Amino acid sequence: MTEPWVPSLRELERRRVRRQQRARSILVSSLAIALVFAGLATVVVSSPGWDRFQATFFDWHHAKESFPEIRDGFWLNVKLFLICEVAILVLGLAVALARTARSPLLAPFRVLAVGYVDLFRGVPTVLLILMLGFGVPALNLQGLTDDRYVWAGVALVLSYGAYVAEVFRAGIDSIHPSQVASAEALALSRAQTLRFVVVPQAVRRVAPPLLNDFISLQKDTALVSVVAVFDAVFAARDYTGYTFNYTPYVVVSVFFIAITIPLARFTDWLGRRALERERAGAR
Amino acid sequence: MTPLLEVVDVRKSYGDRVVLDDVTLSVQPHDVVCLIGSSGSGKSTLLRCLNLLEDIDDGVIRFEGHEISDPRVDPREVRQRMGMVFQAYNLFPHLSVLDNCTLAPRRVHGLSRRAAEDRARELLTTFGLSEHVDKHPDRLSGGQQQRAALVRALCTQPQLLLLDEITAALDPELTGEVLGIVRDLADRGTTMVLATHEMSFAREVATTVCFLSEGRILEQGPPAEIFTAPREERTRQFLRRVLPQ
Repeated sequence: MTEPWVPSLRELERRRVRRQQRARSILVSSLAIALVFAGLATVVVSSPGWDRFQATFFDWHHAKESFPEIRDGFWLNVKLFLICEVAILVLGLAVALARTARSPLLAPFRVLAVGYVDLFRGVPTVLLILMLGFGVPALNLQGLTDDRYVWAGVALVLSYGAYVAEVFRAGIDSIHPSQVASAEALALSRAQTLRFVVVPQAVRRVAPPLLNDFISLQKDTALVSVVAVFDAVFAARDYTGYTFNYTPYVVVSVFFIAITIPLARFTDWLGRRALERERAGAR
Repeated sequence: MTPLLEVVDVRKSYGDRVVLDDVTLSVQPHDVVCLIGSSGSGKSTLLRCLNLLEDIDDGVIRFEGHEISDPRVDPREVRQRMGMVFQAYNLFPHLSVLDNCTLAPRRVHGLSRRAAEDRARELLTTFGLSEHVDKHPDRLSGGQQQRAALVRALCTQPQLLLLDEITAALDPELTGEVLGIVRDLADRGTTMVLATHEMSFAREVATTVCFLSEGRILEQGPPAEIFTAPREERTRQFLRRVLPQ
């Protein structure tokens, strides 16, 4: 109804100050970063064994030589990770739901779930892989595969399923009872309440710790090398066994990092997007 | 007398939507300023701007003679002298009522545990919460929670109290209970700016009533004037709808 708004002189001055403050904070953070990293680099490079260290861990020739084997082995790690991840999510959620079940008929599942989590969270993953990887094929059971790769995967699923179940349970418990009350007031059944109200919120809330477990899983796929599965780590160890040069280990690390970092950024982005949508304007 | 709080030509927008437009308001010590107007008229946003929870896009806010809308001002310094109570109480569910009330006095204002608890207990007793001191907020009724939230704000001995529709989630009886306390505070000379839908309360307690519409203060003045002889047609419309005839 009146003339369009033009920022006042005071506001323009304020914007200038805000810009200055922002510029200063960027400058300070850049300087701090540069200083810390330069300091770290100096300490490492000036260490007395730096030359030998460089030759055994960062040798370009050995990196190139070991690369194809490691790449092929790593593909195995990736496949294992992708398959296990899905199985773990399903198992973990099922166990968490079994633990929160109230129906008397489901009581045996609840007991089973508690026992499973207690047992498998307690056993070191590497022992599980050894026991299942070497143990089950040794049983000579009819109709079951004796592929060590498969059993190592099963061991990973069982071990991580127990952790992830607890993460899911924590998420389910963290949903405020008023949410359950309002779902029940709409005459939703208990299963529907879980399915449509509680679990979707719980899953969103526990996404960061879940990702944490999956990055950990991704690295732990390297443990299958203990049952002589030819994965990236096994390939690297094989190579170093002949050459006594440890560069392949660095190559394997780079492979793992190349996957985990984008995954972490992706989950951060997912989480931020969900927050923005749900808490628009609320503070 | 210099005003305790001075708001001059304040503007606030979210993208293209202007939520506060040329808002000017002056609050003297011991004033009780009631902001009235329909939902979305900018009452809450104005309060949040005063507490520096939101940056303003233009204009000036002065508190105790200093400009606080300057980006160089540390908002925490300002908030130490300004209390705020929210519509949804916003008590910390993991702390007992007493700990809710002593958190800021102990951690921000540097009071000893003893001194902070003495002050909190005294205020909680005054507000009829003495038996709920050690309970967690979720155990309390809405009215009790809102009273606890008021005590939490008062424990830091603010110069100015901002109340954002603090009775909007309460039934009439509990509303009366909470408003009784606000009335006591007003009688004791507490300076307050409050957004409210309780017209009879505003008429009785306010020293100044501001009618907001679409982000502007259309009209402000003593309650007798606003409620009996409003100047603007828009104000008359609003009052016709909210006041029982």
